[in-house]
Amino acid sequence: MIPRHLLLSVTAMLVLVIGMGFYARHMRHRALEFETTSAELPVAAPASGPTETVTLYVADDAAGVLRARAAQIPLPGGRQQRAEELLRALLRIYQQPGATHTLTPAADVRSIYLVDPGAAVIDLNAAFADQHRSGILTEQLTVNSLVETLAVNVPGVHRVSILVEGKTRDTLAGHADLTQFFDVQSVGQAVAAQ
Amino acid sequence: MLATAAFLSAAPPSSDKQLSIYAPVATYTLPVQERSGHEYIGLLELLEPLGRVSSDSSGSRWRIRYNNVDAEFAGGKARCKIHGRDFDLTAPFQIENSRGYIPVASLTTLLPRFLGSPVNFHDNARRLFVGDTSIQPSFQLENGPPPRLVLNFSGPVNPTIATEPGRLRMVFKRDAVVSPGNSSIVFDNTVITQASYSETNGTAELDIDSASPLLATFGNGGKTITLAAAPTASASTSTAAQGTTPQSSQPPSAVAHKPLAVIDPAHGGDERGAALADNLAEKDVTLGFARLLRHELESRGFAILLLRDGDSSLTLDQRAGAANAARASVFISLHAASQGSGARVYTALLPVEGESRGTFRPWNSAQARALAMSRAVANAVVNELQKKQFAAHASPASLRPLNNVLMPALAVELAPGSNGIADLASANYQQQAAAAIADAVNSTRDRLGVQQ
Repeated sequence: MIPRHLLLSVTAMLVLVIGMGFYARHMRHRALEFETTSAELPVAAPASGPTETVTLYVADDAAGVLRARAAQIPLPGGRQQRAEELLRALLRIYQQPGATHTLTPAADVRSIYLVDPGAAVIDLNAAFADQHRSGILTEQLTVNSLVETLAVNVPGVHRVSILVEGKTRDTLAGHADLTQFFDVQSVGQAVAAQ
Repeated sequence: MLATAAFLSAAPPSSDKQLSIYAPVATYTLPVQERSGHEYIGLLELLEPLGRVSSDSSGSRWRIRYNNVDAEFAGGKARCKIHGRDFDLTAPFQIENSRGYIPVASLTTLLPRFLGSPVNFHDNARRLFVGDTSIQPSFQLENGPPPRLVLNFSGPVNPTIATEPGRLRMVFKRDAVVSPGNSSIVFDNTVITQASYSETNGTAELDIDSASPLLATFGNGGKTITLAAAPTASASTSTAAQGTTPQSSQPPSAVAHKPLAVIDPAHGGDERGAALADNLAEKDVTLGFARLLRHELESRGFAILLLRDGDSSLTLDQRAGAANAARASVFISLHAASQGSGARVYTALLPVEGESRGTFRPWNSAQARALAMSRAVANAVVNELQKKQFAAHASPASLRPLNNVLMPALAVELAPGSNGIADLASANYQQQAAAAIADAVNSTRDRLGVQQ
């Protein structure tokens, strides 16, 4: 016969152990969730400078077109930094819930190099391309949106190249060819004719 | 040129085993796999061009739904259930990479259960006829002079023709040609002496023995081929063409009236393209779509070079190279996407490129001189698609290999219709789009010409 107090103690300890197990599992899940969220957020420092009105060319998947949208964003003084902030402002639109064209929250512009005469090189992070949806329409809208926004707001850009993590990549997500320079005039004509 | 096209379109090497399927809606060839001494064929790939099909697997169980017929198979088991009834297989069912493979020898048992119609399987040659699709040849010898052999077929045919000393060989890869009754017919003529029929590895072959070289001419919408002794000058050309690559013996006039269209089912092999649904890869949709388009264009009198006719990998450069080498009249790349609706038609958005120097053209802007015609064809395709109630629009895209080909080139991206993603796998939906594209291309055929 097991004494009653021993039975109660063992039961209480079992309940405690099971409860601690659930709590530990819950805490582990929260920690992982925090880690993932932190890793996906862009780490660029917020821009500072006077607010300016710019024109962003925002893709609309359903209609298959770009729409010009005026936006007021703070832009730093340097030409290169201005270009980077410009595209980051565009990306933020695509990362909002309910966007007409979506990009992963982890997508970011690592840097933009403005090379005279008239060349711009956009360096995207890996998440931008790796998590981009695959399809001619959606990929081409992304490319056109980046190129047209840059060309319209940064005078003197005539051709644009897109790199991923500093390297040439064959396609954005299986379709849009990234191995060549994009002719700003041709892209502009395509956008105007849509 | 046609022979080159046929040579290039043979995606698997000729030594590989293959199965040809001739159905009213499509004619296609699939690779045959060998496992444990048995021949196997992918069931999903087999049914895909014939109707709406989907499959899923969990563990060793593999299920497939074709139109309204459900079937369940188990990996390693020689028994399956179709529409609630049990059937025995001649060898155990195989599952590889979530794809189900059935023994080729079980086709005559299983396929009628799915299709609801009888099939005729020439098992030694691996040629499968669904419904009443066979094409019967008949022979009529005119003693001349010069002697002529007129071959009449019960349907249009488009064989690859090659010559060798004393023989003209016609290989029917895509035509459901069957035996004329006897495997060999002897003629009472000193020039054209004999015709013999054989079939092997998914193809049929008619060999005509003759004492002098023969020239073939097509007529009656492809239903008649007339063979006649070639003039002396042509005979030397025919002899010079004897090499490792088969050469077409069709006269230039016949070729000029049959423009060559290159169909490029995008992606393939390890490169799956977009994941359109859990079990639906872009590469599979583009292949089925391409086969339907091939059928539609062939019925409108085009010769076809299909860049892949199975789940094989091709680089973009290889695709463009094959089209340029074939000097095709038009290049059509097929894609599919889960976003948007209807269909999008694309022409090349050419990159920044240097000036063309001399005879050579920059590889990345080889399309430049044909771009205006490409846009004209694309607009025609949009118009025809809209007539068939597809939401369609044309625009430029930086999409290879469009900018690498010399002839008018366009890409069509098929998107879902009113039934959503299910439309993309629907043979009926693809068929309507393929017919619209074929009508549009056919309407511009006078302006396409043969590329130099």
